[in-house]
Amino acid sequence: METGYLRELRQSFSSGRTRDAAWRKSQLRAILRLLDENENQIFQALQRDLGKHPIEVYRDEIGVVKKSVTYALSCIDKWMAPKKNQLPLLFFPSRAEVRPEPLGIILIFVSWNFPITLALDPLVGAISAGNTVVIKPSELSPETSAFLARTIPAYLDRKAIKVIEGGTDIAENLLQQKWDKIFFTGSARVARIVMAAAVTHLTPVTLELGGKCPAIVDSLSATLDLKVAAKRLAAGKWGACCGQACIAIDYILVEQKFSSALIELLKKSVKRFYGENVKNLKNLSTIVNKHHFNRLRNLMEDPAVAASIVYGGEVDEENMIIQPTILLDPPLDAEIMQEEIFGPLLPIITLDNIKDSIEFINSRPKPLALYAFTKDDAFKKQIVAETSSGSLTFNDTVIQFVCDDLPFGGVGLSGFGRYHGKYSFDAFSHEKAVLHRSFYLELEARHPPWNDFKLRFLRFAYMFDYWGLILLYMGLKR
Amino acid sequence: MITSVDCRIDATMSMTLSSSGLNKIGSLHIAQTCLSMPSRHRSWRLLCSPICSASVSLLVEERRSTFDREKADRLVKDLKKVFNSGKTKTYEWRIAQLTSMLKMIEENEADIYRALYQDLSKPESEAFISEVAMTTGSCKLALKELDQWMKPQKAKTTVTTYPSSAEIVSEPLGIVLVISTWNYPFLLSLDPVIGALAAGNAVVLKPSEIAPASASLLSKLFREYLDNSAVKVVEGAVDETTALLEQKWDKIFYTGNGRVGRIIMAAAAKHLTPVILELGGKCPAVVDSNTNLQVSAKRIVAGKWGCNNGQTCIAPDYIITTKAFAPKLIDALKNELVEFFGDYPMKSKDMSRLINLYHFKRLTSLMDEDEVSDKIVVGGQRNEEQLKISPTILLDVPETSQIMQEEIFGPLLPILTVDNVEDSFNIINSRSKPLAAYIFTSDEELKKAFVRDISAGGMLINDTIIHLTVDSLPFGGVGESGMGSYHGKFSFDSFSHKKGVLYRGFTGDSPTRFPPYTPAKLRLLKALISGDIFQVLRSMIGLPKN
Repeated sequence: METGYLRELRQSFSSGRTRDAAWRKSQLRAILRLLDENENQIFQALQRDLGKHPIEVYRDEIGVVKKSVTYALSCIDKWMAPKKNQLPLLFFPSRAEVRPEPLGIILIFVSWNFPITLALDPLVGAISAGNTVVIKPSELSPETSAFLARTIPAYLDRKAIKVIEGGTDIAENLLQQKWDKIFFTGSARVARIVMAAAVTHLTPVTLELGGKCPAIVDSLSATLDLKVAAKRLAAGKWGACCGQACIAIDYILVEQKFSSALIELLKKSVKRFYGENVKNLKNLSTIVNKHHFNRLRNLMEDPAVAASIVYGGEVDEENMIIQPTILLDPPLDAEIMQEEIFGPLLPIITLDNIKDSIEFINSRPKPLALYAFTKDDAFKKQIVAETSSGSLTFNDTVIQFVCDDLPFGGVGLSGFGRYHGKYSFDAFSHEKAVLHRSFYLELEARHPPWNDFKLRFLRFAYMFDYWGLILLYMGLKR
Repeated sequence: MITSVDCRIDATMSMTLSSSGLNKIGSLHIAQTCLSMPSRHRSWRLLCSPICSASVSLLVEERRSTFDREKADRLVKDLKKVFNSGKTKTYEWRIAQLTSMLKMIEENEADIYRALYQDLSKPESEAFISEVAMTTGSCKLALKELDQWMKPQKAKTTVTTYPSSAEIVSEPLGIVLVISTWNYPFLLSLDPVIGALAAGNAVVLKPSEIAPASASLLSKLFREYLDNSAVKVVEGAVDETTALLEQKWDKIFYTGNGRVGRIIMAAAAKHLTPVILELGGKCPAVVDSNTNLQVSAKRIVAGKWGCNNGQTCIAPDYIITTKAFAPKLIDALKNELVEFFGDYPMKSKDMSRLINLYHFKRLTSLMDEDEVSDKIVVGGQRNEEQLKISPTILLDVPETSQIMQEEIFGPLLPILTVDNVEDSFNIINSRSKPLAAYIFTSDEELKKAFVRDISAGGMLINDTIIHLTVDSLPFGGVGESGMGSYHGKFSFDSFSHKKGVLYRGFTGDSPTRFPPYTPAKLRLLKALISGDIFQVLRSMIGLPKN
């Protein structure tokens, strides 16, 4: 039994208006207007939900979506055009093309840590591809969820794009409906539930999950390089939602002899960026809720882990703040090294030789992102060839997220499917193969009744041995 | 009178039974069991003649599965070790496997035809076209293009990451499970395996037990020609498949029906394993009166009865044409049927038989349903012993009848009639999206509308089936007909992970990246993102020195 909103969405889709390039572009422009005209409200919502600084919000949320929309607007005509294919002469006269078409009704599950980006970036893809959409924001970012529920119907085609707010029960209800695709950003645990629910209607899914994203830090000799590396590492850990990001650095791998130098530089960057006293921290997001706050605090409470803290460790429970914390060699079987941290705790694991980092990483599930700071070209090649991750970035962190020409997605337990740029368009399209044939030049050899001649013909045909075919016809080939 | 006992028999068992003389009436027909039946409480239902039932009970015994979870655990562990050694990633290894695979097919063509004839009575020419030629073609394409496919693809970077360079690197996923089906047992086993090997994975193939001769030949040939440490065949049925599905694979590729597709996806969900499901559906063929009738009829007959006698996922399942045109179409189809199979199609050597008794009974019950049996205008004959049903055309069966509810997968062709040919679109769109949709017309506008308004895995204008052979076209379904696609480079891509790699140096950081955050930085950030060069300059002038 289809519910009311689904019926409306199906009607909108069947009417064909979402397929129109004009409709898609108007919706994309409406997203831009929505962002431009409600900037302060967005800043406010994210301040309340996550304590995010407006610059962080603009850089990681508003700016990212604007970039995606602008890029989509400039490319959408090209993306929508059927792609012509070359056919072998044997098929003459025929033509073939691959034609992208919308899937239908898309369900987007949004995570709480980047509640604007992770709702609107996939939305850009779904709209570009001509679909109708339901967005389910996370109830853990309630202000942003309410903001989206308020503004999206005001700016976008409300019969084609809907926001449905709520918690687990709403999500469960949504999962029972029939969707043409489900796009999920979140944890592996919930992803299993989503994929299992998708089985009923054979709904394809894209799962953008996480994992423990390692950063390999090779010994860098130039001081400037070191300083830049430390800044980028700090930004990559604490700069995006205080470590609560799927592509935040989870832990660092560094050679023993280099670890103290690195730690000193990181401490410097932390103090400069965020301050020293836990009651006086700035430019740092808060922990999203009590559950995660307690989870992170518990990670530090393991005595062996607590003993490894070399910086930070203080918490401000009232304001849900945890100080950027650096740990040196916590035990590898402690929970902090088993589960995705998703918070401001940074374990630094030392190795005898930095090349051992490859084996270390390979013995663990494939992460969404892998970072490596090194100038050694041979080592770079080795990392590219011998490790597997959603993406790999050299000498920087997080920034691969804004490269629209690179597919963004996981592998293994970090997920499957990808988006960004044209990949977003593709993620929400079906690429339909269309072959046009003519009635002329019917190849009789294709059909029964079978005989030796036909079989020989087919053998030449399949080898595209046109000369052989001609000779066969002329009776000159055996 | 037939006694019936449901059973699950693997290839070994069927050979035992056939050698005992039970095979007198034809072949021993293996029935598909209900997949939800727990293995402890199997009941045995053997479809055989009453003469044999007594001897059957002596031979049929509770067979313990020889491939169980423990074996599956070990298999996967061993394969992981081999994969992690890096052997399968090298260009040399992949080329060696593909070369051996090509040799394997070419050197054993005769055996392949024999197995196909045993399993399906498939005529040699049909087997050549649909099984041998296509697989050798895939091998050759992969061999020719592999080095191109393996090359990293340059990706563009923008000012936001300047200075930087980026590329997309293809890497194997790891260990891949390919579950194949019975109607094109070589094509649908080898084609995905070729893709998986080209992409550098270790592979396990689970061929269908319903085509047992092909399954055991595949098993033997893989052992002889391919690298056994990384490429394996696991024969068996439900138990073996279940044991395999409990493992964590890096990708599962399944060809078959929606019911089992769901079971596979559910198993994959536990390990978050991505899947490709090549399913089926009712592939419609719309026939306009404005068309070359003779060629259309020929191509429909070829696509329906010339391909495994309708047991093909992209066979035209049913036809929609106008009331006025239907009689002409039926006549044309009749003529072409005689051209192809002679006056007595049941005796023609050029027609495959049905795979087993289960499907034979399924199809005859579709034909014999009330309100359907009286709509037969051509054919309707059947021979249970030979597992043959003559090419059968039905006119205007009720849309609620079973034959119009499930994928036919056999030699029955219902023709639905409408007043105007455009009305056919509504009929098609009211059903789940098929794997293929066909239209026969010379009307350009109608063609355009068909391509625009109908969604299907793939589409063919004025022909049937052959889009499958174009390896520059992706082959796969949408909606109920499946997810994912393959063939040609799409196979390589489907079994690869495309890793984005971004290279940066240590220069070029926008000050907006790092705290402390100031209002000036916000202005600069906005300017950078909007790409407005003057805004950028203005903000930069106002920016305090670092």
